[in-house]
Amino acid sequence: MTDIAATAPAHGHADHAHDDHDHDTPGFFVRWFMSTNHKDIGTLYLIFAIFAGIVGGAISGMMRLELAHPGIQYLTGWAQFLDAGATEVQGKHMWNVLITAHGLIMVFFMVMPAMIGGFGNWFVPLMIGAPDMAFPRMNNVSFWLTFVAFIMLLGSSFVPGGSGQGAGTGWTVYAPLSTSGSVGPAVDMAIFSLHLAGAASILGAVNFITTIFNMRAPGMTLHKMPLFVWSILVTAFLLLLALPVLAAAITMLLTDRNFGTAFYDATGGGDPVLYQHLFWFFGHPEVYIMILPGFGIVSQIISTFSKKPVFGYLGMAYAMVAIGVVGFIVWAHHMFTVGMSVNLKMYFTAATMVIAVPTGIKIFSWIATMWGGSLSFKTPMVWAMGFIFMFTVGGVTGVVLANGGVDTVYHDTYYVVAHFHYVLSLGAVFSLFAGFYYWFPKMSGRMYNEFLGQLHFWVFFIGVNVMFFPQHFLGQQGMPRRYPDYAEAYAYWHLISSYGYVIMGVGMIFFFVNIGWSLFAGKKAVDNPWGEGATTLEWTLPSPPPFHQFNELPRIA
Amino acid sequence: MIARLSPNAKTASLAGLLALSMVGLGFAAVPLYNLFCRVTGFGGTTQRYDPVAAAAEPQVLSQTISVRFDANVSPKLPWKFYPEHPTDTVSIGARDMAIFIAENASPHAVSGTASFNVTPDAAGKYFTKIQCFCFTEQRLEAGQQIRMPVLFFVDPKIMEDPDARDIQEITLSYTFHPVDEAKKAS
Repeated sequence: MTDIAATAPAHGHADHAHDDHDHDTPGFFVRWFMSTNHKDIGTLYLIFAIFAGIVGGAISGMMRLELAHPGIQYLTGWAQFLDAGATEVQGKHMWNVLITAHGLIMVFFMVMPAMIGGFGNWFVPLMIGAPDMAFPRMNNVSFWLTFVAFIMLLGSSFVPGGSGQGAGTGWTVYAPLSTSGSVGPAVDMAIFSLHLAGAASILGAVNFITTIFNMRAPGMTLHKMPLFVWSILVTAFLLLLALPVLAAAITMLLTDRNFGTAFYDATGGGDPVLYQHLFWFFGHPEVYIMILPGFGIVSQIISTFSKKPVFGYLGMAYAMVAIGVVGFIVWAHHMFTVGMSVNLKMYFTAATMVIAVPTGIKIFSWIATMWGGSLSFKTPMVWAMGFIFMFTVGGVTGVVLANGGVDTVYHDTYYVVAHFHYVLSLGAVFSLFAGFYYWFPKMSGRMYNEFLGQLHFWVFFIGVNVMFFPQHFLGQQGMPRRYPDYAEAYAYWHLISSYGYVIMGVGMIFFFVNIGWSLFAGKKAVDNPWGEGATTLEWTLPSPPPFHQFNELPRIA
Repeated sequence: MIARLSPNAKTASLAGLLALSMVGLGFAAVPLYNLFCRVTGFGGTTQRYDPVAAAAEPQVLSQTISVRFDANVSPKLPWKFYPEHPTDTVSIGARDMAIFIAENASPHAVSGTASFNVTPDAAGKYFTKIQCFCFTEQRLEAGQQIRMPVLFFVDPKIMEDPDARDIQEITLSYTFHPVDEAKKAS
C-alpha cells in the first residue's frame, strides 16, 4: 500500500492525558451496555464472536465424536437432554440440528461479527483517521441485534421443529424441508434469527460505507486507504446487496410456513428451486463477505512483517472489487444438480473460474510482498502465511468443483465439506487469529506471549489439516455430507479426521491460556510494537488508544 | 430533499435505498422467475399457443417424435388419473390430441389442479399446448369420471436447436394436486 506514515502532529503522546481516566469515560454499565464508542463495540463484538466460536466449535466436536465410528453412538442420548422421551428418530433429527447450528453460528455469529463487527469497528476509524464511526448509536443497535439473534437461534433448539427439537434444515434452510418438512416453531425462530442478524449487518454496512466515504482524514484519498479498509468497504457493499435478498427469500419461507402462500410449493404453482436461486444469490457473496476482510488483514500483516509496502497496492484493492462484482454472477454453481441445461452449466463454470484470476493476483502479490522483504516470523506473520497456504489449497479444490461436470459427482460430498472448510474454517479463521495477534497489543495495551502464540499456530495448523485433508478422500470415495452414519469403508479416514479435531482443540487451549495470561501479566505494549513495517495510522496512537482519538485530525502526506 | 441532508445522512440514505431496492428485487424474483421459465422453457416448462402472436400455422415436417404421457396424483387427492394411451407418435408440427381420464374415487366432490412439465428440459421451449385441462381447475363430483383432452403440437423450430434436435421422445408429465383455497399460486 502507499506509505501513509502520518504526520500526526505529536498527537499520540500529547493525548496520553486523555487515556482511560478521561473525565468523560462512562461507568461500567453505560460503557458496555449502552456503548457508542467504536472501540468498545469492537471489543464487545470480539468477545461475542469468541463465545459464539466456543459454542460452534463445541458443536463440531460433538459431530466429530459421533462421526469417529460408524453407527449412531451418542445422538439419541444428546436428544434426550432436550426431550426425555427421545428415540433414535429424534437422535437423527438432533444431528440435523447440530449441522444447522454449527453452520449458522460459525457464519453469522462467529466469522462475520469478528471480521466486520470486531476488527472492522476497531480499526476502520483508526486507519482512516476518524474519531469514531459515522453513526455510533446505530453501531450499538447492530451489536445488540446480533446478540438477540444469537439467543433466538440457540433458543430454537428447545422448541419442536419437525421430527424432534430444534431447527434441522441445514444452514441453507432449503424448502420444502424448511416449510412442510419442519412443523413447529423452531424453524420460524431460526428464520427470525437470520432476519435480525441480517438487519444488524445491513445497518453495520450502511455505517461503514458512510464512515469510509465521508470521514477520512485530510489527505487520506481512496487510493491511499489501507487495504483492510478497502476490504471492509467492498464487504459492506456486498452485505448491502446480498442480505436483503436473503431477507426476502426467508420472509417468503415464513409466509409459506404460516400464511398459506405457495412461493416454494409446487402444488400451488411455486417452485422450491426458486428458493435455492435466491438463497445462493445471497449465499455466494456471503462467502466473500466472510473472506474479504481476512484478505485485508493478511495484506496489512504481510506488509508489516516484510517491512515493505504491499506489492501492487492498486491491483490488490481492485482485485477485491472484482471478486465482489463477479461474486454476484456465479451463484448457480452451488446448484449444478438441480437440472440445468448444458449452456447454463458452461456459463456458471466459466464465470466461477474467472474468480480465480483476481484471487490469484492477491496470492501472487502477497508472495511478491514477502519476496526480498526483511521478514520476521512473529506469530501474526506465521498465521498470515498459514492463511495463504490454506486458502490456496481450498482455492485449488474450488476450481475443481467449479466444473459443472465434476460437481455432478462431488455435489454434497465431503469433498465440498473439505473445500469450504479449507477456505473458511482454515482461511477465514487463520486470518482472524492473525489479526487477533497482530492487533492484540494495540487493543489491550499488553503484548501476547510469543511462545504460546507460535505453539497455538503449529498445533492448530497440524490439527486442522489432519481433520480436513482426509475429508477430500472421503468425498472422492462418495461419503455424503450431512450424514451422521456411514458405511464401514469410510471409517478409517473419519477416525483420523476426528483425531485432527482433538489436536486442534489442544491448540485452542494455548490460545485461551495466552489471552488470559497476556491480559493480566503480559508485557506493556508500546505504541508501535512492530517497528518500521507498521505504517498505518493505528500505530501512531498509544496502546491501547485513548477513549476518543483524533480530536485533531491527522494529515496524510 | 436529499440535497438538504448532512453528508453522512445523505450517504446513509443512499445506502439504505440500495438495500431497500434489493429487498424489492428479492420479491420481484418471484414473477421474474415465472416469466423467465415461461419464455425460455426452463426446467421443461411448456409453451402455450397464442393464436394472435402465431403468424401462421406451423409447418408439418416429415420427421416424427414419440410423446409419452405420465400421470400422477398427489397422495392427498383421492383420484385415479391416467392417460388413455401411454404413448403416441406425432409428426413434428402436427396437432395432436391426447386424452387423460380422471376419476374421483371418494364419496364427495373434490377440486384438483394439475402441475406439469416435460422432459428432456430442452424440449420445454418447443412443446406447445393449444388447449389443456391443466389451464383451469377441475371439479369432480363423487364417483364422477371425466375424459380430459390435451391439444398440442411440437414446434418445428426444435429441428433448428442443436440442444434439442436429437430428442427422440418427449415425456409430458402431469401431477394433480388438491385445490387448497388458501394456497393460490403466488
